[in-house]
Amino acid sequence: MTAEINIQSGRKAGDGAAVLEVENLTVEFPTEDGVVQAVRGVSYRLAPGEAMGIVGESGSGKSVTSMAIMGLLPKTARISGSVRFRGEELLGRSENEYAAVRGKKIAMIFQDPLTSLNPVYTVGRQIAEAILAHNDVSKKAAMDRAVELLATVGIPFPEQRANNYPHEMSGGMRQRVVIAIAMANDPDVIIADEPTTALDVTVQAQVLEALEAARAATGAALVLITHDLGVIAGHADRICVMYAGKLVEKGTVDQVFYEPRMPYTLGLLGSLPRLDEGGRERLTPIVGSPPSLMNLPPGCPFTPRCPLAQPVCEEREPDLYATDAPAHLSACHFHEKLVGVSAAQLFRPTSVDTEGVTPRDLEVQQ
Amino acid sequence: MTAANVAEPAVSAGREPVLAVRDLVKHFPVRSRGLIRRRVGDVHAVCGVSFDLFGNETLGLVGESGCGKTTTGRLLLNLIKATSGEVRYDGRNLVDLSPSQMRPLRRDLQIVFQDPFASLDPRMTINEIVAEPLQIHGLYGSRTQGRDKVRELLRMVGLNPEHGNRYAHEFSGGQRQRIGIARALALRPKALVLDEPVSALDVSIQAGVINLLEDLQDELGLSYLFISHDLSVVRHIADRVAVMYLGRIVEIAEKEQLFTKAAHPYTQALISAIPLPDPRKERSRQRITLTGDVPSPVDPPSGCRFRSRCPKFANELTDAERQKCVDEVPALIDRGQGHASACHYAEALKLV
Ligand SMILES: Nc1ncnc2c1ncn2[C@@H]1O[C@H](COP(=O)(O)OP(=O)(O)OP(=O)(O)O)[C@@H](O)[C@H]1O
Ligand SMILES: Nc1ncnc2c1ncn2[C@@H]1O[C@H](COP(=O)(O)OP(=O)(O)OP(=O)(O)O)[C@@H](O)[C@H]1O
Ligand SMILES: [Mg+2]
Ligand SMILES: [Mg+2]
Repeated sequence: MTAEINIQSGRKAGDGAAVLEVENLTVEFPTEDGVVQAVRGVSYRLAPGEAMGIVGESGSGKSVTSMAIMGLLPKTARISGSVRFRGEELLGRSENEYAAVRGKKIAMIFQDPLTSLNPVYTVGRQIAEAILAHNDVSKKAAMDRAVELLATVGIPFPEQRANNYPHEMSGGMRQRVVIAIAMANDPDVIIADEPTTALDVTVQAQVLEALEAARAATGAALVLITHDLGVIAGHADRICVMYAGKLVEKGTVDQVFYEPRMPYTLGLLGSLPRLDEGGRERLTPIVGSPPSLMNLPPGCPFTPRCPLAQPVCEEREPDLYATDAPAHLSACHFHEKLVGVSAAQLFRPTSVDTEGVTPRDLEVQQ
Repeated sequence: MTAANVAEPAVSAGREPVLAVRDLVKHFPVRSRGLIRRRVGDVHAVCGVSFDLFGNETLGLVGESGCGKTTTGRLLLNLIKATSGEVRYDGRNLVDLSPSQMRPLRRDLQIVFQDPFASLDPRMTINEIVAEPLQIHGLYGSRTQGRDKVRELLRMVGLNPEHGNRYAHEFSGGQRQRIGIARALALRPKALVLDEPVSALDVSIQAGVINLLEDLQDELGLSYLFISHDLSVVRHIADRVAVMYLGRIVEIAEKEQLFTKAAHPYTQALISAIPLPDPRKERSRQRITLTGDVPSPVDPPSGCRFRSRCPKFANELTDAERQKCVDEVPALIDRGQGHASACHYAEALKLV
């Protein structure tokens, strides 16, 4: 089977100054039980050097979106929409054409560093090979550069460490090696998918620092995928909130963290315990659970969990509307109602099991 | 060897602790590969840990992977044999008790495990899972009495008692964690060890379970040892916090003290490494980044175990000062108000 790709009549190249433009990206997986609508019309633009975070619950489509951009999805995936790198369409390229972009122009970092490292070669050699794959330099020069890169990502004694095999390193060091490989060819875009999720916090801080060093050295733009809102707050300029295969809120980190305009975002923020707040204020869980991506009903997929839901929400899925700031978008029919509203005002600080219930059930119980 | 660490933890104003832990040690043997599997060393998992757990309080136990949190929790309930040390409960040292001597005490001391998927038998219904401890301890009573008790327990943890006939695999992670809590509560315990009870859950589900644990504590007057690597959760739920590094408690204090006046360089690094979901604060924060990796617990550094990664040791101390870190295990010394830290050069810092 071949990937079914239906390229939208794209706009002309070089639109603005974006390095990466994703437009109406849609990914479906036909399975025995039905079609999984993993990504449902995702659009974003990434300016050179900017850092954009994507956050969302497990299964919301964050990884599939990135894999589609990188041309790494299985052939069974049905992909449509458009992905342009510096104005050039990537979707529909052959594997060979993709290989010229991958690793050179766009680099990807995965959660588990072992998936990107070869256990039988030293890490120095692996970085050097990434350099040799796209550059006409001597082996010696590539190896010297590898050691330099290891130093940039904060690995102590890089000359010695270059001779280590992946299994001789800790998880945090391996992830820094992967970052060194990602920056080896001076990419324009780095996509990092949960790069620190499996790591301890002090190690996470080291890896995030390595990522910042890589950006500073290459000037690359960053797409940072994570479920940790704290990581995004500290390392992204803009944020996209993803829910059930869609981006449901977009804006600068300040807009979205301080003035969320989509009830789901507000709910996420309200359910977080805070290191910087002492009190034992009640947390406000979001009731219910995310929908199945098979046979999604019409309307807004957050409706069954939403305290603001009205009949129109079940009928019509909202577009991304501009809110009070033009670049701050929200996919909620009632985003104006969130102005000045706190999570505690909208969501209830309940302690009962809420996964099978709706906000209305809770009202009845109280 | 660990004499320096035995210092009595500061007792909060004459209260009697429910559990008193003194100089607890656990070594796991490391054996060679191959047929003969000689003992070639020890994992120093827990090394001279002392603390008190008071009635109706939550003591948070935090630290990074492998520092000995789970081992400490299990030692507390005598689920694994301590190498040495004491766990005092109700006038007895649990460490010396046999399994049959422990059984009656199990009613009072219960544990909830991290992984709600692994800790429940998939072939049992929820009713059976929750009823089992009651039956083992002869508290189930008649069938109607027993059924009512189970229904009440399910209601208590926020589950619908109508779902009692379903199997564990039909429930989500958050729901399974509630089932685990219902089971632990069945015998009306006094103290619960909660080992990473919300770590596997998405934040929106985690919030409900945290609320539940708070409600239950208020209603039932429970004491919690709340084990977690997530300091944000611990700041929310705990009254006091103990920080572990490589088998030792390096700092213990009332929660506000610990988070606003952390005195041990490791606690400081840990707090400053936690990302805050607040962009303005993130932009202006002071970060203390550690270098190097956690040393092997088979061969921990002499003196202060944190010195190989300590920014203070590396950047601020003179050679003479450093020598003390190499030679002497820093004692866990109370520096006032029950705030104890184990650093020769402790100095309070406000980081959040
Ligand atoms: N090859 C595939 N075939 C069928 N369904 C798939 C396939 N790959 C992913 N999916 C489904 O697509 C949806 C989105 O998955 P994705 O991995 O993008 O989620 P995610 O947001 O990255 O979640 P997580 O936070 O758990 O990594 C999920 O429902 C997933 O089960
Ligand atoms: N049964 C065992 N045999 C040998 N070593 C063990 C055993 N159990 C634990 N250890 C070791 O003891 C140390 C402490 O482990 P423990 O599980 O208590 O850490 P933890 O703080 O709970 O870590 P995590 O956050 O990963 O759960 C680790 O080095 C671990 O590898
Ligand atoms: Mg993913
Ligand atoms: Mg553990």
